Amino acid sequence: MAKHWGQHLLKQILRVMLLMAATSIVTFMLMKLSPIDPLQANVGQNALGSMSQEQIAKLREYWGVGADPVKQYLSWAKDFCRGDMGISLLYRQPVRNVIAVKLSNSLLLLAFAWVMSGILGFLLGILAAMYQGRLPDRIIKGYCIIISSTPTFWLALLLLLCFGVWLKVLPIGLSVPIGVEAAGVTLGDRIYHAILPALTLSITGISNIALHTREKMIEIMESDMVLFSKARGESRWAMFRYHGFRNALLPAITLQFASISEIFGGSVLVEQVFSYPGLGQAAVSAGLGSDLPLLMAITLISSAFVFGGNFLADLLYGIIDPRIRRGGQHI
Amino acid sequence: MKDMTEQNVIKSTSLLTIEHLNISFTQYESGIHRRVLSVIQDLNVQIHTGELVAIVGSSGSGKSLLAHAVLDILPYNASMEGKLNYCGMPLTKDRIRRLRGSEIVLVPQSIGCLDPLMKIGPQLVKGRKDAASKRCMSSILHYLGLEEELSDAYPFELSGGMNRRVLIGTALAEQPKLVIADEPTPGLDPAIADRVIKYFRDMADQGIGVLLITHDLELALRAADRIVVFYAGNTVEEALPEDFRNESSLRHPYTKALWRAMPQNGFQPLAGTQPYVRDLKEGCPFADRCSMYTEACSQKIPYRALRSGYVRCLYAE
Amino acid sequence: MKRIRLFFQNRRQRVLVGVILSASLLLILCIVGAFCADAARVTDFSRKNLEPGIPYLFGTDWLGRDMLMRTLAGLSLSIGLGVLAAAVSACIALILGIISATMGKTADTIITFLIDLMMGIPHILLLILVSVALGRGFRGVACGVALTHWPSLARLIRAEVLQLKEQPYIQIARKLGKSNWYLAKKHILPHILPQFFTGLVLMFPHAILHESSITFLGFGLSAEQPAIGIILSESMKYLVTGKWWLAVCPGVMLAAVVMLFYLTGEQIRKLLDPGSVHE
Repeated sequence: MAKHWGQHLLKQILRVMLLMAATSIVTFMLMKLSPIDPLQANVGQNALGSMSQEQIAKLREYWGVGADPVKQYLSWAKDFCRGDMGISLLYRQPVRNVIAVKLSNSLLLLAFAWVMSGILGFLLGILAAMYQGRLPDRIIKGYCIIISSTPTFWLALLLLLCFGVWLKVLPIGLSVPIGVEAAGVTLGDRIYHAILPALTLSITGISNIALHTREKMIEIMESDMVLFSKARGESRWAMFRYHGFRNALLPAITLQFASISEIFGGSVLVEQVFSYPGLGQAAVSAGLGSDLPLLMAITLISSAFVFGGNFLADLLYGIIDPRIRRGGQHI
Repeated sequence: MKDMTEQNVIKSTSLLTIEHLNISFTQYESGIHRRVLSVIQDLNVQIHTGELVAIVGSSGSGKSLLAHAVLDILPYNASMEGKLNYCGMPLTKDRIRRLRGSEIVLVPQSIGCLDPLMKIGPQLVKGRKDAASKRCMSSILHYLGLEEELSDAYPFELSGGMNRRVLIGTALAEQPKLVIADEPTPGLDPAIADRVIKYFRDMADQGIGVLLITHDLELALRAADRIVVFYAGNTVEEALPEDFRNESSLRHPYTKALWRAMPQNGFQPLAGTQPYVRDLKEGCPFADRCSMYTEACSQKIPYRALRSGYVRCLYAE
Repeated sequence: MKRIRLFFQNRRQRVLVGVILSASLLLILCIVGAFCADAARVTDFSRKNLEPGIPYLFGTDWLGRDMLMRTLAGLSLSIGLGVLAAAVSACIALILGIISATMGKTADTIITFLIDLMMGIPHILLLILVSVALGRGFRGVACGVALTHWPSLARLIRAEVLQLKEQPYIQIARKLGKSNWYLAKKHILPHILPQFFTGLVLMFPHAILHESSITFLGFGLSAEQPAIGIILSESMKYLVTGKWWLAVCPGVMLAAVVMLFYLTGEQIRKLLDPGSVHE
């Protein structure tokens, strides 16, 4: 059994590495395909006009225009494997430093929203299914449908309007107060500025997991197992505690780990609205400014999170589900 | 164990009486048309304490729904009418909700009824953790011939026969007055099926009323006190096991045909098939397979007492 | 009168009426919006920054443009673009899903890998990449949405076809010497089409949401076009000064349209689901 697990694990790790390599190639190709001239986009037509040929040639080299793509990719890959992610063209700093700052800002948001939406979504989904067709179910289902039809960025705008503009209780943007030295920023400040973005992400994240858990739980409630439990006179609470919870938790875990991709996507939009200097906002600037090294690094890191999440879900499943843990078989 | 005198006293009291039970379904067919399907019509059964009553019918005759109706766990698109009496009082929905799982227990048909993620032991005693429940758990496992270590196993680690015994164990874990066993023996080899049926006989001998729903007439004859024959949603006959010694002591043509189909009585199969509930017409459901059919059989047939049993046939004598 | 009441007691008939109603509503919105495109561009400084009221139901912006006209035109553009792109995406999903399930191990490996790859990159990031690769603008958004929405549906169709292939009746039909084309036409497609159709309709809301998101971020349609993402993105600058209607009204309309698509898709799913014969 241990051997099976080892093999399974090794296979998964290899697959993830292969996928990551493919992701980097695809990202690189897409960026290189782009007809947008990074010089035009970042330096501007007027500035370019007033420059000498030498200066322009230097700039072209800096932005990697006209270089042989294969060579460029290989040299990038070689550096990346050594841990050198290159220099961000927009920020004029090592990509690693930029990412470190932005990621630490975003992680706070993402982790909070992920955990909150996971727990709340699961509980709401269960609640809705236990009261299927009745008032709690109608309210929860209605909420989920409204939220999943609402664009994330618009919800962010609404919250900004309510709390930032009308009530004036929460800040309009940025991760720290304006004009305060980096050293003077307290944890309190950071949390204060992260409340609205985190709230937006949590609100939107709930609907997916709640709807799926509800569906799964309804399936469980219609199973022979619950029919028998009912025939044995078990209360709604006992039914949930002994049967529903465990059986609904497994698919919910998989789903929640798979939702990392969506939460990240949401953070791109939310950070844009709240001018929150996180990874998502950096991705937008990198995309608009054709900052190849930065965008490559962000894409790879976010997909590492996604693949890592799937991998962890797989692992957790093996630990939680006795059929896999004791049976020695894997999915 | 109760002594014989007490048992005889108990035997005379009626435990569950079902009168004129009807169950029907609402269904959609071919896109957007709605129809109502009647699956059980005018069912009458009575169970006394310490008695094992077997309801015998081939699959698809709707007999499982009877168990679900008594326990009020019919699917949401089913509706039922009729009179249920338990211990001399009407068995209302409120009352059944209080009694099911304690006084009235079900031994279900499918081993899929066990929770795949819950260990056998806790499942036997509904997750209770007190010392008495633990003792109860191990005595049940012992009684059923299962090793005590199995209480820590999950259902997927047990064989089908073992899981089936676990299902019976769930009934024993309570102190039931009435046990409803829904097809407890399918897929078991004859020796184990025999043993399973013996558990129910033992329950009846201890004063519990047992309603055994099965398709296996021979098995039922070995253990039951009374046999109710079920055909296409109708009870066609109620007989004593002794009646099955001779064809002439049976009452309904369908029961007689069943008798002739038994290996020791000639093994003659009955031509035709049981009608699907959707194609049922008013009147005797057995009409199109019966040699005694007349015009009068297409009317509603009353369920009448005949000798020491009941029959739903105009010409039985 | 009684017949009408009976008609509506039948849940499936009720659902069918609902689906037809909402589909026509969306179509009308799309057509009306297209005619509003010119009116949406009219600037008139004599009526700028008006709050919602009569005659400007959604108010006007800082250039005096009628927000209702802009919203309708933007919605029409978004619906059209979303539906078109989703349709392309669904076709890609159908083709790749079937190829993956029927054309042997190599094809399956490649397509499954591709699906995993696409799902590994966060959707918004992928949209940004594709739209940048195509030079942003209308083409960038349209292709971006069309090229990134197929993986989950393709995976669904692949699984469905694989399962169907193992069904005894198909195995037997194959042994009886029926051609692949006959099998596909008689046994596979009738099972796949409802799935495909439901998947397509449920893809519309996603496509529309993603179109507006990517436009909002600045990768999509240019600022002159009255796209809903542009309208909302512009409104951000004026929110702080209290011009709430610039963001609220268009956003509500967008959410309403997406919800209409979503609910219609769910209803169609229920209608086509064989498990719903019972009530």
